[in-house]
Amino acid sequence: MASYKTNEFKGGLKIMLDGDPYSIVENEFVKPGKGQAFNRVRVKNLKTGRVVERTFKSGDSVEAADVHDTELQYLYNDGELWHFMDTDTFEQLTADANAVGEAAKWIKEQDICGVTLYNGQPLSVEAPNFVVLAITDTDPGLKGDTSGGGGKPATLETGAVVNVPLFVQIGELIKVDTRSGSYVSRAKEE
Amino acid sequence: MFAAIRALFADRGVLEVETPVLSRHATTDPALASLRLATADPAPTSGLYLQTSPEFPMKRLLAAGCGPIYQICKVFRDDERGRRHHPEFTLLEWYRPGFTLQALMLEVADVVRTALQRPELEVEFVRYRDLFRGALQVDPWEATPEALRAVALAVPVPGSEHLQLDRDGWLDLLMSQCLEPGLGRERLTFVHDYPPSQAALARLRQDEVPVAERFELYLQGMELANGFHELSDAAEQRRRFEQDLATRRERGQPEVPMDVELLAALAAGLPDSAGVALGLDRLLMLAVGAGHIDEVMAFPVERA
Repeated sequence: MASYKTNEFKGGLKIMLDGDPYSIVENEFVKPGKGQAFNRVRVKNLKTGRVVERTFKSGDSVEAADVHDTELQYLYNDGELWHFMDTDTFEQLTADANAVGEAAKWIKEQDICGVTLYNGQPLSVEAPNFVVLAITDTDPGLKGDTSGGGGKPATLETGAVVNVPLFVQIGELIKVDTRSGSYVSRAKEE
Repeated sequence: MFAAIRALFADRGVLEVETPVLSRHATTDPALASLRLATADPAPTSGLYLQTSPEFPMKRLLAAGCGPIYQICKVFRDDERGRRHHPEFTLLEWYRPGFTLQALMLEVADVVRTALQRPELEVEFVRYRDLFRGALQVDPWEATPEALRAVALAVPVPGSEHLQLDRDGWLDLLMSQCLEPGLGRERLTFVHDYPPSQAALARLRQDEVPVAERFELYLQGMELANGFHELSDAAEQRRRFEQDLATRRERGQPEVPMDVELLAALAAGLPDSAGVALGLDRLLMLAVGAGHIDEVMAFPVERA
């Protein structure tokens, strides 16, 4: 198994700690004038997203995590698992709710998603930064209000609820920023 | 800053010297990694080491009777990179024959005040033992490695439950992670009288416990300088070199040739002296309020 020495540590490096894959967020080299050097790092657990601090003796080695990022096409949800496909190899992979997480609110069939693979299996899924979705339910706005002042909740075809301007109506397509979960604009069919 | 420092030493009759950056010998200190030249073999420079500090050649000058000397030079340390570390950096190193450690600490304070143009900076002295006893309720002379580990776990230093360290390793961990950040708040804090196991090239003195006559200077949580009442006993120096080399063998680190020229100089007679090395890049960081050493370098090593 590949390993990294502490002098290879940098942000984004994927390492194994206590049996879980982690990504290094921040690495700080600390050394007293005459004595033992340490690497104090902040690491993010790629399974839970939790960020913790760890201190390593400089010169120690840590096992590398078999983690890499790729892009997969979302195919369908079978009620329990989300099915994805590598559009180059046509290989299909499934991800559970834990891996899909928040992305489940935004993705629909055929979207291309960023997927982090750990030992070849999806570990986390990221929705595209912007998605275009249809509104399935919202209160009818006041007639003639085109200012967009204020807003109202709207339910989208994926089930997500976002705040939209008053003039947006059921059946319309809107563009949403999935990172903030906020309305961007009305959209046309692509 | 350089001009102010040179003027101060000119005023005080301390001679500026230059010594070779390249040497046939290297520091044996297991905590320091020397860079080595890879020039083709018969070349006169082949296999030479870049200095990690100018200490050894400057002591040879002292033994030759040069009197008080200082030097501003580049030094090189492999595997050191971070917010406060760069593999190539600038040291101001000076030696004062006839000075006690206390007298040298006061002069270091003068140099830092002058370089930073902060004449109002006050000085504070704290013994290494008192520092640990006061802040962590542990006596670094008495505590076992297990007791020090328990302190690290209690603080807590994150991840310390996974660390395998010897006694000095735990002390270094606690010093650098728990104590250093609070040292030198708007004042010059000198930590002095270190455990004998961390003497490096300092003399030992019998106090209530045996101590190494060594100090470190901190300002705003940053270590700036390290000074010694210099060891002048050639036999003791050789014993420490050999102990370092044994540690290197144990840890699988490169074995380096000890500086026999220094040993010869010590045997010939080194005047009773105190000496100190001060990191000028870090001093400049404090002068301009830089958070990263790269901010005070023309071109950091990745773009050198």
